[in-house]
Amino acid sequence: MSNIKYILGSFGDPDEMLHGIEKLKENNISIYDVYTPMPIHGIEAKLGVKRSRLDIAAFFFGITGTITMLTGVYLATVVDWPLNIGGKTHFALPDFIPITFELTILFCAFGLVGSYYASTHLFPGRAPRVMDLRATDDRFIIAIDAKTNTEHEKIDELLKGAGALEVKHNERKYVSYE
Amino acid sequence: MSGHNESILREPLITGKDITYAQITEEILSPVENKPNKAWWIGFILALCGATLWVVSVGYTFWFGIGSWGLNKTVGWAWDITGFVWWVGIGHAGTLISAVLLLFRQNWRNSINRSAEAMTIFAVICAATYVVSHMGRPWLAYWVLPLPNQFGSLWVNFNSPLVWDMFAISTYFSVSLLFWYTGLLPDIATIRDRATGVRKKIYTIFSFGWTGSVKTWQRFEAVSLILAGISTPLVLSVHTIVSMDFATSVIPGWHTTIFPPYFVAGAIFSGFAMVLTLLLVVRKVLGLENYITMFHIESMNKIIILTGSIVGVAYLTEFFIAWYSGSQYEQYAFINRATGPYWWAYWMMMTCNVISPQLLWFKKVRTSIAATWILSIVVNIGMWFERFVIIVTSLHRDYLPSSWTMFYPTWVDVGVFVGSIGVFFTLFLLFLRVLPSIAIAEVKMILKSASEQSKMKLIKEGHLDKEHVAEYIESLEKFDSVKQEEYAKI
Repeated sequence: MSNIKYILGSFGDPDEMLHGIEKLKENNISIYDVYTPMPIHGIEAKLGVKRSRLDIAAFFFGITGTITMLTGVYLATVVDWPLNIGGKTHFALPDFIPITFELTILFCAFGLVGSYYASTHLFPGRAPRVMDLRATDDRFIIAIDAKTNTEHEKIDELLKGAGALEVKHNERKYVSYE
Repeated sequence: MSGHNESILREPLITGKDITYAQITEEILSPVENKPNKAWWIGFILALCGATLWVVSVGYTFWFGIGSWGLNKTVGWAWDITGFVWWVGIGHAGTLISAVLLLFRQNWRNSINRSAEAMTIFAVICAATYVVSHMGRPWLAYWVLPLPNQFGSLWVNFNSPLVWDMFAISTYFSVSLLFWYTGLLPDIATIRDRATGVRKKIYTIFSFGWTGSVKTWQRFEAVSLILAGISTPLVLSVHTIVSMDFATSVIPGWHTTIFPPYFVAGAIFSGFAMVLTLLLVVRKVLGLENYITMFHIESMNKIIILTGSIVGVAYLTEFFIAWYSGSQYEQYAFINRATGPYWWAYWMMMTCNVISPQLLWFKKVRTSIAATWILSIVVNIGMWFERFVIIVTSLHRDYLPSSWTMFYPTWVDVGVFVGSIGVFFTLFLLFLRVLPSIAIAEVKMILKSASEQSKMKLIKEGHLDKEHVAEYIESLEKFDSVKQEEYAKI
């Protein structure tokens, strides 16, 4: 058994990389992940990444903001310290629409970005789990788990055939831990 | 994206021959990865002098109080709120470019959004410093927050537009910051993976461990789109609420329902002008002509002429309504604006905001870098005068003629304003040194579909309508970064 942990196909062009993904799938080779310097549209369908549910989360965060502000203002202006302003109603809803709107947006944005960071494990100081340092520059990397996909030579050939500029056999999973 | 050809009739968003992904990274990161040049140092030292003036003027204000400003009992609001509204207005372009243009799928936003958003954040910081410094007792600034009565005061007045403003500006600032920073993560990761030593450590912390895996990118795009969706009404709400600071009062000249749309158009107008002022210099000094092309400049000029004309219509509508309302006070306020002691400020505003931007109807002017740059500064000056006119001329003629007076700024007023420009430029120049001024990943995204080289390839393949190709080549004439000889050969 070799020490190779991951096989990386390094492409210089996104279309060739998509072609490589198709080739690998035709041959029933599972793909661990793909690292690209920019978003590639249509790739998530090929790799079976599910639709994001962040929009649903965002909606509920927003609604929470709306309710928080309306409740807060009600407590302040009606329950805690009602002020008689020319005999007008204590809970003057039209006046509170701008701030309710602002708090809705604020909660929605922070909740959304917070959930995004949490779900993709992004936080300050996190050690980057990078397999190829050029994946954030000009290379499109397909990573294949070498332990579960044992036909290494065939994988190399498929990747090269699809246009990979380089195929790497990494003995360590992440190159960034140095 | 890749594998999809854009119509040949669309002008290219990236010019230049044989541009590769690596080259994009290299060119955009060159100011971040190399030592600054002389131009940067000169700019930075000048900006720092301005920032020092700001510290001195604001320090003086805090020590001696608001009395050190030129305010009197008739004109109780002048350069302070003028500066505040001016900066908030400038702060509108960034989020407009990143949010509204994203919703409308305007790909040309990709190369200007990053620096425009940075500009927004710095402009809102400048605006916020005005709010804090004009409180007189800035250490009690937290009193604007809705805090319970144990602090010895009542609740804040939730009916007051000033409280709404606090909510609007702080929400706008923090949401813009989130939007900007989330968009920066992939680019910070790019710097990280190219850096060594201490720089690598620092950028590692700030990159949040970004790797660029499929799921992160997919979620990233979902987040950007939702943030754009919620930021669009947010941008419009901010200046609406700023305008309500005036519109809900009973001062003639302020008490008008046209204020919200009029202020929003003015804000976008001044914001784009400031983006142009900055980017035309950045483009030249950092050599980014291939990414911020003549198409970008012309598009921004078109937005300037649209919003500038909306502002012009608003000025005329105000006048008409003042006459039509039959309200004497309102009529006097407007006639006094144009012919009273502040006539020069009014006509300065009219010339800079309404008349001179009309020059942009001419294609020659719109596509001339020098003319655009000068006009963008003229617009900035005009928009400052607009706020000055609205604020000071409405106040200086009180209901009692015995209290009529003029406003004369002191050196502190001038110092705070000029200094805030220094603070703004200091922050912006530092930004250019430590973060990429163009969104690298987003520019890479359009390289295969909307660049000059991809269109050149299409032309060479020769399956296109001849007329379309001719039209396309003609549209390239205005580009200063395109070599026409290349096309003569085909």
